[in-house]
Amino acid sequence: MMKPLYRIMAIVKKEVRQLRRDRLTFGMVVGLPVIQMLLFGYAINTDVRNLRTAISDQAGTHLARQFVAELRQTQVVDIIEFVETAEELEQLLRGGKISIGVVIPPDFDRRVSDQSRSAVQLLVDGTDPTILGVANQLKTMPIGFDSAGHAAASQQLLEVRPFYNPERRTPVNIIPGLMGVILTMTMILFTAVAIVRERERGNLELLINTPLSSTELMVGKVIPYIVIGMLQLALILAVGRLLFDVPVRGSIADLYLAASAFVAANLSLGLLISTAAKTQFQAMQMMVFVLLPSILLSGFMFPFDGMPTLAKYIGEVLPNTHFIRLTRGIMLRDATLPELLPDLFYLIGFTLVAMIVAAMRFSKRLD
Amino acid sequence: MHSEFAIEARGLSKQFGELRAVSSLDLDVPRGEIYGFLGPNGSGKSTTIRMLCGLLTPTEGSATVLDTDVPENSKDLKPKIGYMTQRFSLFGDMTVFENLQFIAEIYSYPFADRSTRIGELLDRYDLVAQRNQLAGTMSGGERQRLALACAVLHHPELLLLDEPTSAVDPQSRRDFWENLFRLAGGGTTILVSTHYMDEAERCHRLAILDHGVKVADGTPQELQNRTGMHVLEVIADDPYAAQGAIHELEAVASVTQLGVRLRVLIPDSHEHPRELVEHALAARNLKATTRLTAATLEDVFVAVTMKPRKT
Repeated sequence: MMKPLYRIMAIVKKEVRQLRRDRLTFGMVVGLPVIQMLLFGYAINTDVRNLRTAISDQAGTHLARQFVAELRQTQVVDIIEFVETAEELEQLLRGGKISIGVVIPPDFDRRVSDQSRSAVQLLVDGTDPTILGVANQLKTMPIGFDSAGHAAASQQLLEVRPFYNPERRTPVNIIPGLMGVILTMTMILFTAVAIVRERERGNLELLINTPLSSTELMVGKVIPYIVIGMLQLALILAVGRLLFDVPVRGSIADLYLAASAFVAANLSLGLLISTAAKTQFQAMQMMVFVLLPSILLSGFMFPFDGMPTLAKYIGEVLPNTHFIRLTRGIMLRDATLPELLPDLFYLIGFTLVAMIVAAMRFSKRLD
Repeated sequence: MHSEFAIEARGLSKQFGELRAVSSLDLDVPRGEIYGFLGPNGSGKSTTIRMLCGLLTPTEGSATVLDTDVPENSKDLKPKIGYMTQRFSLFGDMTVFENLQFIAEIYSYPFADRSTRIGELLDRYDLVAQRNQLAGTMSGGERQRLALACAVLHHPELLLLDEPTSAVDPQSRRDFWENLFRLAGGGTTILVSTHYMDEAERCHRLAILDHGVKVADGTPQELQNRTGMHVLEVIADDPYAAQGAIHELEAVASVTQLGVRLRVLIPDSHEHPRELVEHALAARNLKATTRLTAATLEDVFVAVTMKPRKT
């Protein structure tokens, strides 16, 4: 019998029609990924620069001024103030006016030539571990200059510089993960409200009184969004390529295959949410409940290996964790799908389970 | 096994937590008739209709609809029934034609006859001009016609209509009932719920529901003939004062004011209703004329849904 197939097609056609007329949602399909790419591609940057800094130069020598100039050139610090004493630096730190205070002691020149003692003291706002980390790296900045006047010093200088090399670009690492986050957000959102919206508008009471089965309804609702997911993926890849010069080292076909599995997993999860939520507002809340861990625990923001065991377990459940492994592998390390099968299988399994549970939960009854 | 009844229910009950929405309902709806559910809001009309089409599971009791047991086999029932929800449930962001087309696809209406059937429905339900209008922008009457067109598209044997006329003007209601009679004439059984007396009067047969209990059923004529009440019409100079005076009489079951007229219901166990009322009015020096009259459906409704009087 072809009837189920025709009924699925009827739902697909209806969804596409409604989507085409819903300008805001239609705009979101295209606008959301592009805007988010621009926003996060530029904003999420682990290269820390321009930390507000004040300097207490108690030496006032030529060498000290040269050191300050050198410090400024790193672009890590943005020197906004010069003060007299270390106490004033502490005040600025406490008031949150600066992140780093640099104390150049009166005997700076002598300390520079004495390798056993530190020449400069950095007062650092330790509340942000990232800033502390940057300060620790600053510590290794060589202060050789002319007084020591040796080739070794300038060579040391070259060793440090690549660290701040503008060529070390965050977007390359961010975008494969960002792709997962954007798709998680839009895909879950679309389907999470899909059934709740029909319930709220009263359409559902009509639909469940027709020969349409739960599974046909679920499948029909997912298909158009898989296409939209693929469209979004193409957009993200294009923006990544054009604006951030993110390469796809592996095969595009592999990437699309992995993305299809991921999109299907998210859509099924959205449907599951849709069967549990009573209102669109509840559906949104549940969507955010999934989205936050997908950003924080998936390895997108923090290296997965460094997370506590419990967080890792939670991360393993999330589709985004597996998708990020797939995309980073395919896009950046030129891996092929056969090397990444466990993650692909997980996504397919997740889709099947979520779909079955959603179809079971969605009974054609009102009680 | 082909039953003479389209719907047979025995002891049908539905409990929502503390609330007993429908209580031990027995129902026999003959085929090809328009059967009405008359009752105020919250009397269990919608709940009953939903149980009959398998949307709600009865707490107790059983029902057979078109020889199909519900809710067990409600899947087999779906292609044979048309259901019109109380609230407009078609897609507001699709046009009239697209909605009809969608319904045709969902019911797997034979592809070759599809456009003929849709054209026929547009014609019959006066929607030709609205063919390409978004359903959400239409008036109440137009939406109702579309909903009916969608409900009957697949030629259902049984139509379940849940307060179909609650959001439309009187003219649209008249036209709507014309359509229902035509459908019934073609052999379709129609179960329709309403809280309008005039609509109830149009039904071949009806059941009056009150707080989930069927308090009366039969043809409108039967119901009017066996109210168990004398109906007395009183025209008084000061109807308000007259109402007060009559209300004090213990024998009087109910007094309703309609303009200058009062309708007084007195149990037919009382032998001289007219004298009783006239005495009471004369005692207060209230001028009035009285006459005994036939019960209307409204009187029936008042009589059967009446609470025992507190004195």
